[in-house]
Amino acid sequence: MPKGFVVIDKERCKGCGLCVAACPFGVLAITSELNPYGYAVAGVIAPEKCTGCAMCAQMCPDVAIEVYRAVKEGV
Amino acid sequence: MKILMRGNEAMAEAAIRAGCRCYFCYPITPQGELVEYMARHLPRHGGVFLQAESEVAAINMVYGAAAAGVRTMTSSSSPGISLKMEGISYLAGARLPAVIVNVMRAGPGLGNIAPAQGDYFQATKGGGHGDYRLIVLAPSTAQEAAELVMLAFDLSDRYRVPAMVLADGMLGQMMEPVELPEPIPPEKIPEKPWALTGAKGRSPNVVSSFDLDPYRFREVLRALWQTYREIERNEVRWEEYQVEDAELLLVAYGTMGRICRTVVRKARKEGLRVGLFRPITLWPFPYEPLRKLAEKIPVLLTVELSAGQMWEDVRLAVEGRAKTPFYGELGGVVPTPDEILSEVKKHVRD
Amino acid sequence: MSVTEVKVPAGYVPVYTKPKSLSEARFTYCPGCHHGIITRLVAEAIDELGIQERTVGIAPVGCAVFLSDFFRCDFVQAAHGRACAVATGIKRANPDLIVFSYQGDGDLAAIGTAETVHAANRGENITVIFVNNQIYGMTGGEMAPTTLPGMRTVTTPEGRDVRTTGYPLRMSEMLAQLDGPSYITRQAVFDVRHVQMAKKAIIKAFKNQIEGKGFSLVEIVAACPTNLRVSPVEGNKWVVEQALKYFPLGDLKVRD
Repeated sequence: MPKGFVVIDKERCKGCGLCVAACPFGVLAITSELNPYGYAVAGVIAPEKCTGCAMCAQMCPDVAIEVYRAVKEGV
Repeated sequence: MKILMRGNEAMAEAAIRAGCRCYFCYPITPQGELVEYMARHLPRHGGVFLQAESEVAAINMVYGAAAAGVRTMTSSSSPGISLKMEGISYLAGARLPAVIVNVMRAGPGLGNIAPAQGDYFQATKGGGHGDYRLIVLAPSTAQEAAELVMLAFDLSDRYRVPAMVLADGMLGQMMEPVELPEPIPPEKIPEKPWALTGAKGRSPNVVSSFDLDPYRFREVLRALWQTYREIERNEVRWEEYQVEDAELLLVAYGTMGRICRTVVRKARKEGLRVGLFRPITLWPFPYEPLRKLAEKIPVLLTVELSAGQMWEDVRLAVEGRAKTPFYGELGGVVPTPDEILSEVKKHVRD
Repeated sequence: MSVTEVKVPAGYVPVYTKPKSLSEARFTYCPGCHHGIITRLVAEAIDELGIQERTVGIAPVGCAVFLSDFFRCDFVQAAHGRACAVATGIKRANPDLIVFSYQGDGDLAAIGTAETVHAANRGENITVIFVNNQIYGMTGGEMAPTTLPGMRTVTTPEGRDVRTTGYPLRMSEMLAQLDGPSYITRQAVFDVRHVQMAKKAIIKAFKNQIEGKGFSLVEIVAACPTNLRVSPVEGNKWVVEQALKYFPLGDLKVRD
């Protein structure tokens, strides 16, 4: 179970790629998937590498990213 | 109890009594006494007096205060009103109530500070950009100036349309006895559920004149023009004086209307059957009552402190039913009753 | 619209979710535009300070003209450049409200210079968010007062010639000379660290208003990738390598 989990709102995403550039672990990439507005949206390509640092969400200009973190066991 | 006051002071005091609690201004002659009066008295009533950095800023402060739901006013004179036109168009577009006093002086340009009526077109036909109207009220005495300022606040709130009181330098600075209207109790001021008070327990309110979609914006303007039509039905005001047997009707507003009253008296003494029609609302203009009079009076002489601006509305009202000569003075020159009377004599049968 | 097909698996808690003071409306900014980050930071600040129900925002003319669609706050749309005067009117009429304007560099530093300077000089108790992207974005990329020397725009096709069009206007430095303002700072959002600093500055600018400290302005040096004709990632680089040369970051005035 990866430390982090990213949810991308594909309707809001405009495929600008700032999240891809911000992610230190290569979790994200711009995919070939088009949203209803014609943008090629960001997607999770390496979910296992996500630490839930939320740097992608911090840089997202479209508030299209939600970030979740695994609850540590015993906490 | 009557108090001796300048027209400017009477308008200021009336605004306070109407519940105006935010007043924004920029100095200009000949409305200085209004500013001074507000600076002294409005803060004592818990109101905000603020001298802005420009007319443009002042009208936009009015826009803000009006959006916050407060009764608000600004005043100026002709060149300053030109600067306010941007904000006035936005007020009209955003359906914000506010009162603007224009104590007219002679123009165009810097002109001079003598009384004139050259801003009639600007006040009644637009002035700012876009498809809108202002309620325009034209007093002819200090007493009426006070009453019309009160009315301007009332109408503006009721219809959510900005209202202008169109006075001139003579009216603003002349002193006369005024019986001040009773203050309006705060609970009598209409509630404004659309105002920006913080979206607590309700969905957000937005005050805006902006809509990128022409079809949606068309609906906004259709509603606005429905309101204008309602105002045209309900709020036309005018005064008739000695019209019953008149063979010549003077048509004049504001200071000129007042002078023409004297002309009527003088003419009557000489046996000339002259009457006066004085529009009080310049918009909505009293087209119908004037048209009715034109059906029985052969000559309607319009007299203005301009080259003939209201004259166009008079001719629209009359539509050829009577002769519509014009007499006016320019540049801040005010004609005497005798000068007007000799003009009358050119048009009336002996 | 934000309905997502992806389900968050059990055992995860949110680290970052959309601010509550934002509506469901999609932003209308171009891809990679820094406006989006800044708009979000304002919403985050409003959330963290718990002031959504008494905040009134002022939308400018320019790319942020649709701002009222994005927020769940009362909003007013102001004439071009007049936001600080409108803010003055609202705040004076009802001092209990938290009033902020959000303006671009054309709006605030060209047509609205007088309104901005005088609101600052009066120490109006308002918060101003000033997005300086060195261009008129909405109208198609014309020269702004903040356009860099030599920078190509549609109205300076050979690059801005300072001999005929003057120099980039450093609004924050000008305002910091005045006695009126409480807080003038210049921030940027080209990386995560700066996004966080900018957010802190925005929170401070709102807090100042809550505490009655007077005029606070947060300038944010931003990128307009569309009109720069570069990718969003290159837009970030542009800010670092070009814009910050003329618009150095940091606090210009802090009155405690």
